[in-house]
Amino acid sequence: MNWRRIYALFVARNLEFVRDRSSLAWNLLLPILIIIGFAYAFTGDNPEKFKVGLVASAQLEPAALEFRATRYIKFIDFDQVDSNLVKVERHQIDLLFDADSRRYWINRSSPNGYIVEKLLIAAFSGAADNLQKSLVEGDEIRYLDWVMPGVIGMNIMWGALFGIGYVIVRYRKFGVLKRISATPVTAMEFLSAQILSRLCLLLVVNLVIYVGMDFFVDFRMHGSYLNLLLVFILGSVNLICCGLVVAARISSEEVANGLLNLFSWPMMFLSGVWFSLEGAHPLMQKLALLLPLTHITAAARAIMIDGAGLLDISDHLLVLAISSAILLFIGARIFRWE
Amino acid sequence: MSIILQVSDLVKRFASLTAVDRVSFDIREGSCFGLLGPNGAGKTTTIEMMEGIKLPDSGSIRYRGAPLGEQFRNEAGIMFQSTALQDFITVREVMRQFSRFYPHSADIDDLADRFALHEFLGQDTRKLSGGQKQRLLLAMAMINQPKILFLDEPTTGLDPQSRRNLWDQVQQVRAQGATILLTTHYMEEAYELCDEIAIMDHGRIIAHDAPDALLAAHFNDVVVQLHATDLPREIGEPEFDAVYRNDSAHIVTGDVNQTIENLLRLDIPLDHLRIRARDLEDLFLELTGRELRA
Repeated sequence: MNWRRIYALFVARNLEFVRDRSSLAWNLLLPILIIIGFAYAFTGDNPEKFKVGLVASAQLEPAALEFRATRYIKFIDFDQVDSNLVKVERHQIDLLFDADSRRYWINRSSPNGYIVEKLLIAAFSGAADNLQKSLVEGDEIRYLDWVMPGVIGMNIMWGALFGIGYVIVRYRKFGVLKRISATPVTAMEFLSAQILSRLCLLLVVNLVIYVGMDFFVDFRMHGSYLNLLLVFILGSVNLICCGLVVAARISSEEVANGLLNLFSWPMMFLSGVWFSLEGAHPLMQKLALLLPLTHITAAARAIMIDGAGLLDISDHLLVLAISSAILLFIGARIFRWE
Repeated sequence: MSIILQVSDLVKRFASLTAVDRVSFDIREGSCFGLLGPNGAGKTTTIEMMEGIKLPDSGSIRYRGAPLGEQFRNEAGIMFQSTALQDFITVREVMRQFSRFYPHSADIDDLADRFALHEFLGQDTRKLSGGQKQRLLLAMAMINQPKILFLDEPTTGLDPQSRRNLWDQVQQVRAQGATILLTTHYMEEAYELCDEIAIMDHGRIIAHDAPDALLAAHFNDVVVQLHATDLPREIGEPEFDAVYRNDSAHIVTGDVNQTIENLLRLDIPLDHLRIRARDLEDLFLELTGRELRA
């Protein structure tokens, strides 16, 4: 490996990216627009001010029915209490009511929980003593906080797959690769330069997006920034290597486009970026574990929301590291200049 | 002169087509070797195997007695028939990038001066004219001060001025001791630049020698050339076996006096008569035929 040659390729690719204004603007603007859209969607006036989770296996008694008829409260039916307590902890619902045992849970720090509790007690006016109150603790998690790690992961995915795959296929199609192959540059040096260049560009672009979006919507970050950076570096390398494998031999942009979409769209919807896969079909959950974006999203979410440490997310890091090494090996082995 | 590149029994097949069929030749150090042939003759496949871009199915290519390796990569300069460069990169940046690929490289400003690129150094390579781009590609091929330079149809699509300019550059490179391998469709170019030529057709070498030696070996006649309107086809073809090219009738003859006498006897005007020796184009057409190739 000759680092002078890698540096020459790295610089040229970075210049090409930075000077392609339309592509650069699109890379920066798209995720910001998505987040602004979400911020607008989830912080606007909502006629249903309160959310109550309701667990009931039998017919509701009259008082519970009266409570359920309260206007401006959105009632969500749950099957069980235990798995949904976390939603009270994270302020995703204001109160969880088990109608069978007349027990309810509210978050100690939730103003909405306090108000909804008063409404519940009022509905049970004569029998309020039979209600059993429990307190939980935890800070509010907005959907925006929950979705944010996945949106950054998704942006890395688009940038890595298409940024590497498309560029290499275009280079091959127009003979740029052929010209480089006529120099002492080796395939490994060329691929290393492309990986490093794309990695740096992805990190810089997503740092700008992170800071910009934090300014707009002030999202939650409870973990270590270094750990988060490690997740995004490993995730980026993994997805870049996926792009390398796709682009290793193809010289048609149309075929590359189809294959890259084949990789990216399932990741968009099956990696838990937009909604939790809890409760999804077990086969879908297993399939999701094969997708790098699942591990990037889960690890980043654990760091940002729960403040998880490296040990907590070591399984995700291990999967990303091992699969990156395998993909890089395959990509380098099957790579063709022409 | 020693042999710098030795090609032995080179074979390359694409499915059922044998593009290069047991081709062998040696290139002497410091010479200019021309590889000629009609479209699809196997020239580009041969030169790309010699450049190390394509692998032969069988046969060998040896540079200074050894298989193509790191020394060859460092000492070879290559200019392809057509090359795209990365987008949004200036002339200076692409030259700097390529200079970093080699352990030893020429000074970028010197090269820019030599190839008249100085005023375009800050310009995006996509905005260069055809001639400017060819000069840049030649400068890039020269960036490692090559010992052997491969030029695959370097003047295709250039105007006469740019073509002459490129010939001057190639002759300067040669004068500095570099060996040149050239493929071209222009016989005048091959005659002007090459010490030795090989003519390929259907994947094989059908003639190989110095241009003058080849002409002497194949021709002992001359061409009497008239304007086609002075010698119409209905007379020229049956009486003189004339060949018509563009607006000219070409009569190949070993006895010029007798031919002129015959023309006078038929009252053919001789105002536009020219007599010329047979050239490489005649040889090329004679050896490879006149039918169009793919």
